[in-house]
Amino acid sequence: MKRYEAIEMISQSLNGNELVISSTGMISRELFTIRDAPQNFYMIGSMGLASSIGLGLALSLPEKQIIAIEGDGSILMNMGSIATIGHFAPKNLIHIVLDNGTHDSTGGQATVSDTVKLEGVAHAAGYRLTQTAASKEELRKAITRLSQQGPAFFLVKVEEGGLEGMGRVLHSPEEIKNRFQKRAIGI
Amino acid sequence: MTVAEFCLMLKRYGFNFSTGVPCSILKDIILYLSSHSDIPYIPATREDEALGIATGAYLAGRKPIVLMQNSGLGSAINPLTSLDMLYKIPMLLLISWRGYQGKDAPEHLIMGEVTIKLLEDISIPVQVISKDDPEEAILASIKSMEEKQIPAAAILRRGIIE
Ligand SMILES: Cc1ncc(C[n+]2csc(CCOP(=O)(O)OP(=O)(O)O)c2C)c(N)n1
Repeated sequence: MKRYEAIEMISQSLNGNELVISSTGMISRELFTIRDAPQNFYMIGSMGLASSIGLGLALSLPEKQIIAIEGDGSILMNMGSIATIGHFAPKNLIHIVLDNGTHDSTGGQATVSDTVKLEGVAHAAGYRLTQTAASKEELRKAITRLSQQGPAFFLVKVEEGGLEGMGRVLHSPEEIKNRFQKRAIGI
Repeated sequence: MTVAEFCLMLKRYGFNFSTGVPCSILKDIILYLSSHSDIPYIPATREDEALGIATGAYLAGRKPIVLMQNSGLGSAINPLTSLDMLYKIPMLLLISWRGYQGKDAPEHLIMGEVTIKLLEDISIPVQVISKDDPEEAILASIKSMEEKQIPAAAILRRGIIE
């Protein structure tokens, strides 16, 4: 399964009321290309912080479902976030890691995710639901559990490489914030 | 000004969420916030994580404060510049000043000397909180946050809020 196929399957399963934070690099660019929406916060900088932004949102908006999508390079940069999320354990937070074993966005340099049991880390930190999906079939099954009580951690194993000729996110950061905030709190 | 008066003032100005990493200078403020529910305090593992959490809270309509030691500024610069300044996410940064006037433990001296300059270099508005009128620096920070829609730093030296 390619990263963009996973992003496609995940975004198709959403009802549009969720708030989505996507992480630095190709993940945000692919999400933008596949399904641009005001409820997507394309985090183009601050690598590693997607799940932390997700936590701040989840704690403040308990009625909203919050989905943070990031890469293995990104979560390895902010492992402390797993500890904080596990501790506060917001029921409405879904943390998805698209694990291709590399920093694909900067040329495919290897990360160390092949020897780190990230699902085990999330489980040990206190996430209520953790699951690994290594194929489209497994991801399809995992997606049916998205509405269960979180915090949930989904480790999705994907292949290296992405969509050809990917553009950049075309909205300005301020625009991304304004339309996202409107979806989040209606202002 | 006492810690309770200081925290109540922050509450009066609408702050209703806080996160950060401790410093001994911030000890009593964090203790106060942690034991009162008006401005809930979420302990973060690192200063960059704290900025991420505060950003999420802001997007959810909160008015956040991030507390950190100036030694944590190194971890905070990338999220400040590539997230909060870029997306126009205002918040109050309450930063303790270790290494002030070169009198402190060795690990604080270099950062202590450049703290204000470092913030000015990345164009974060900076105020140093005075003993006579702590409210002044907070008010000026709020004004900058509102005008520029970016984080503003209020710098706290030891012995100012007790
Ligand atoms: C602090 C910081 N360091 C490095 C980079 C450069 N960078 C951008 S995307 C990226 C890789 C992201 O890897 P991962 O999260 O695994 O996602 P993938 O690209 O593999 O989908 C890197 C290193 C950056 N943007 N910010």
